[in-house]
Amino acid sequence: MTRYTSRTLALEMLMIAVAVVFAFPVYVLVNLAVRAPSDTSSPIALTSSPTLTNFTQAWQEGGLGGALINSVIVTAVSVLIVLVVSSLAAYPLARSTAHWSRGVFLLIMLGLILPFQLAALPLYQTIRDLGLLGSVWSLVLFYAGLQVPFTTFLYVGFLRALPRDFEEAATIDGCGPLTAFRYIILPMLKPITVTALVLNAVSVWNDFFTPLLYLSGSDQQTMPVAVAGFVGQFVSDWNLIFAALLISIVPVLAVYLALQRSIINGFAGGLKG
Amino acid sequence: MTTDLQQRRSRRAAAAAPPRRRGHAAPPWWFTVPALLLFAFVVLVPSARGVYYAFTDWDGLSTDFAFIGLDNFRAMTDDPDALQAIWHTLLVAVAITVIQNGIGLLLALGVNTAIKSRNVLRVLLFAPAVVTPIVTAYLWRYLLGWDGAVNSLLGGVGLGSLRQDWLGDPDLALWMVVLVVVWQFAGYSMVIFVAGLQSIPKEIYEAAAIDGSGPVRRFWSIVRPLLAPAITINLMLSIIGGIKLFDQVYALTGGGPGHATDTISTLIYKDAFTLGEFGYSIALAVVLTAIVAIASAGQYAVLNRNEKAAS
Repeated sequence: MTRYTSRTLALEMLMIAVAVVFAFPVYVLVNLAVRAPSDTSSPIALTSSPTLTNFTQAWQEGGLGGALINSVIVTAVSVLIVLVVSSLAAYPLARSTAHWSRGVFLLIMLGLILPFQLAALPLYQTIRDLGLLGSVWSLVLFYAGLQVPFTTFLYVGFLRALPRDFEEAATIDGCGPLTAFRYIILPMLKPITVTALVLNAVSVWNDFFTPLLYLSGSDQQTMPVAVAGFVGQFVSDWNLIFAALLISIVPVLAVYLALQRSIINGFAGGLKG
Repeated sequence: MTTDLQQRRSRRAAAAAPPRRRGHAAPPWWFTVPALLLFAFVVLVPSARGVYYAFTDWDGLSTDFAFIGLDNFRAMTDDPDALQAIWHTLLVAVAITVIQNGIGLLLALGVNTAIKSRNVLRVLLFAPAVVTPIVTAYLWRYLLGWDGAVNSLLGGVGLGSLRQDWLGDPDLALWMVVLVVVWQFAGYSMVIFVAGLQSIPKEIYEAAAIDGSGPVRRFWSIVRPLLAPAITINLMLSIIGGIKLFDQVYALTGGGPGHATDTISTLIYKDAFTLGEFGYSIALAVVLTAIVAIASAGQYAVLNRNEKAAS
């Protein structure tokens, strides 16, 4: 299985060919983003005199800087909140065998099935009545609650597999529950926290529907909404649009390439047990 | 979702562990309060109100609305757009699930070999999965346009007669939505399959090879059953993602041409925010919820069966 034979070479060639087909859209994306709008040659021909003017223009006209900051704030704050409250809730839910514990767990797991489209419209009304429409804090609040079921589920599953010896020893030593959580449980949760962090951050950062609803008509935008607005404004000025698309995905891709191993493992999660 | 397995494994481990003194060191119940409050405010209460509004003629603004029973649901059966959207939702979810997992599995089998580029390929093929779906959809809207790169490519290789407006043809547009989702998430399925493949002990595989079974036989009789957890997780993720599909349709076609690519989610958005029919829109969300619940229950049943068969 580990020998490199001529069949392995053939497979290697085939897989590289498949990867080239997969990468073709990305080639066109970059190729057109660096092309002057006056250059009307075929989109698949390599751009002969690349330029960065599309990027500067897209950055200035698309309000992408503000959107980037908003996306960072919304993602960082909401993911931090959801990790804290979910890990805290998971501790008794994983440990207690009482009826209330089982009931609360099932109630929260109900959230895994409910599609957010069901809650989105009534919540829209509440957010409006609270005067939070058009504020990024409405999004922070939304994601902090929306991601609770999935994150709690990850933590409870992980905690149940952890031995109780350390926390019991700590309790016998006179440790309060909050101290035991902070100094005993939390450090042991690190692997699943990385998984939860990655999955939550990607889904919050990429979400489009919610900010489309809650921020529409305001000057506040997140990256996906800013991109959609940009496309609406510059309709078929694709060189400019592609520059904006690239700007919007570069932060995500940079993080991905830097942390590829933990990110891929995070997504593959669970299976490793 | 992904750690269902862990959970069950740990439950098994817990069953084997010696009994504990009851109540000892049980963490206090109030640890769950912050999470519960957020969850109730954002998900539980609005969802319950949503179910109630589905039986009213609420317009989203006034506090003055009437209970109209099943009228919204009855109206749906007379609304060709709604029926079509429900059909599209099911079709797209099934098509994405089958194609994405088929390609993902083939990629995983290809990458999980001795080829030198396996790590680079894995990183490259998974990359689209972390990119914002709305961005990939806009990219593809250009690629599939009349002046786009796909038509240029076809012209370039002498298949100019196949050139067409891929997103403008009502018969093709829905399949283009499927194509874009599969392009983006096939690498995601692949990564989960690779993790599953790597958990299969090499010895089992080698023993089968020594026994003289061919690659197809080895895959079907050995790899497939041991891959069951990965298969289930992949099916679950792609079918539920497919049912809720919104961003890609919104950016690629906006539900058009006509209503040719409308899904339940895009119709919910249009009915609520362009037509102001909140009650009807929420009734559609209730239908969506029912479909997700049925799909989840089905998956759960299969998961349990597989788990029993594997143990």
